[in-house]
Amino acid sequence: MRFGGLKAVDDLSFQARAGDITAVIGPNGAGKTTVFNCITGFYRPSSGTIALTHADSGVFSLERMQGHRIAATAKVARTFQNIRLFAGMTVLENLLVAQHNTLMAATGFGVLAILGLGRYRAAEAAGMEKARFWLDAIGLTARADDPAGALPYGAQRRLEIARAMCIDPVLLCLDEPAAGLNPRESEELNQLLLRIRDGGCSLLLIEHDMGVVMRISDHIVVLDHGKKISDGTPAEIRADPAVIAAYLGEGDEDEVPA
Amino acid sequence: MTALRDAFLSAVVALGLFGPMVGLVTTSGDGGLSLHARPIATAVVVGLVFVGRLLILSWRGRPRRATNRPIAERLVRSGKYITPLLLIAAVALPFSGSRYYIDLGTLVLTYIMLGWGLNIVVGLAGLLDLGYVAFYAVGAYSYALLATTFGLGFWTCLPMAGILAALWGVMLGFPVLRLRGDYLAIVTLAFGEIIRIVLINWTSLTNGPNGITGIPRPTLFGLAFSMDGGPGTFGGFFDIEPEVIQRIIFLYYVILGLALLTNWVSLRLRRMPLGRAWEALREDEVACRSLGINVRNTKLTAFGIGAMFGGFAGAFFATRQAFISPESFTFIESATVLAIVVLGGLGSQLGVALAAIVMVGGLEALRDLLSVLGDQMHSPVFAGIASELPLYRMLIFGLALVVMMVLRPRGLVSGRTPTVALTKVKAIAPDLVAQGRG
Repeated sequence: MRFGGLKAVDDLSFQARAGDITAVIGPNGAGKTTVFNCITGFYRPSSGTIALTHADSGVFSLERMQGHRIAATAKVARTFQNIRLFAGMTVLENLLVAQHNTLMAATGFGVLAILGLGRYRAAEAAGMEKARFWLDAIGLTARADDPAGALPYGAQRRLEIARAMCIDPVLLCLDEPAAGLNPRESEELNQLLLRIRDGGCSLLLIEHDMGVVMRISDHIVVLDHGKKISDGTPAEIRADPAVIAAYLGEGDEDEVPA
Repeated sequence: MTALRDAFLSAVVALGLFGPMVGLVTTSGDGGLSLHARPIATAVVVGLVFVGRLLILSWRGRPRRATNRPIAERLVRSGKYITPLLLIAAVALPFSGSRYYIDLGTLVLTYIMLGWGLNIVVGLAGLLDLGYVAFYAVGAYSYALLATTFGLGFWTCLPMAGILAALWGVMLGFPVLRLRGDYLAIVTLAFGEIIRIVLINWTSLTNGPNGITGIPRPTLFGLAFSMDGGPGTFGGFFDIEPEVIQRIIFLYYVILGLALLTNWVSLRLRRMPLGRAWEALREDEVACRSLGINVRNTKLTAFGIGAMFGGFAGAFFATRQAFISPESFTFIESATVLAIVVLGGLGSQLGVALAAIVMVGGLEALRDLLSVLGDQMHSPVFAGIASELPLYRMLIFGLALVVMMVLRPRGLVSGRTPTVALTKVKAIAPDLVAQGRG
């Protein structure tokens, strides 16, 4: 991915397998968020392809799809590094907006829904059920009617993940989900991500917190200055001298044991 | 006494500003234009600025008391009763019998309807539209041309005017979708002006500045409100003496019905996924796209539906006046409607209605008050000011806006009420709600 003269991502190639939690790590400025933006349609890659294979519906070429279609059709969801919630809407409304496409389809071009007819009532009830499920999963049922902007930081992060899950994605891309979380909250996040993976969704994770990365990833890709310098299981990455030199550092106090 | 010095400096600035504008007046006489000075009026204005500035400074400096809270809570609770009261007052107004008040009510209701229509674009979707008068004009001219060319009635043309206005709304929406904030505002303003200039210059279609006359009035189930009282008219059917006031009252109820329709559709749409998508768009467009919402189509529907209600209001305007010309569709109308929406509080139906009543009705009331004062005090100063009030209308609007923005920056009814709740609906404070970046 080129921005004028700057090659933010240089000849990057990796596989994220279905049912895996794949982590992309690297120093700041390595190009991780750029990769995410290419995958989720916010940038168009200057060259290369991004292929997403669904179990039943074939292969999607994400580099050629429009942003909202990647979420709606290819079912790739994402969260953001600086939380982008709908702060002026309640927690419940945030989760319902995520189900917009399903609910809109049930409104019959809107006119029938305005008059209260059609399958809209059933669709709205189903939407509320899904919202309730995720409220439970993130522990925010008691605060469902509070504005999202009033929640504490950790709760906002969890809400953003739950909102992304409400579109029923096959791939969830998380951009630094553990940033700013204390150790207890990081552990709760790990549990949530494992639960999401067990529910059938694959995860692609950008993360600096080695506690989260090493404990839950199945596969790690390491970037530095836009290039891939390593690719493998957590054990392999921990032992790789190139990674240790470039990123993990030697004898660093934040190196987390297995 | 820094407050006095501050007020004095403000008075000096006011003198420099208002000296030429208020103090010097040109009157046309036999020898052409002659210049007259009005020191008293200037002194009055400068004095008002001095006193006003002192008041503002003392208001800001006052100690905050804890007893303000119960008053605020009582106001909020009484707010629930305002809506039914206003509705009853609106329905009962024609029974006062005074043609002046019914006309005023019709004018206020037209602006309320325009405000509710623009509220969908600016308040709910957060798209700053400065050219709303374009859709008003499209609606008025569509009805006028369809009625005078094909002889169709009001009720037949009303949906067509709405659809044509909606079409123009969507066509306007397409090129401006990528623009945000100020750029969107300028382009929509330009579109409003384009429509007006096209209306002036396309004389073969629109009759140019001469306007279109002889626009038919609406009928009540086929009964016309003509003065002859024959069969097929309102007077003849109900066997009562035909009077002009009957048509005025009928037109009042027509606009009341249209405004209530706008309100009902807005409220229903807010509870639908479409309305929620509009509000989510206002909050964060990038997040919407990442959730699979087609941002382009959502913006287009906002433009289209807002334009449709503008078109309905335009058709009503044409039929009420029975004559339209491009003079009525200037930028000032767009600015007035936008001011009503912003003053009322973005997204709030009640706020927009209150703001329209205060701004449009208030101005009329002010003019009345001043002329009454002039008669009472037998002073030519007040009568002079009252007759010149239309010239100062924009000044007073601006002043009202400035005062509002200082006291209640988010509008009369600020904050947002969620449309769906798990247990209890709780109003959201205005500082959490986004105003939209276009």
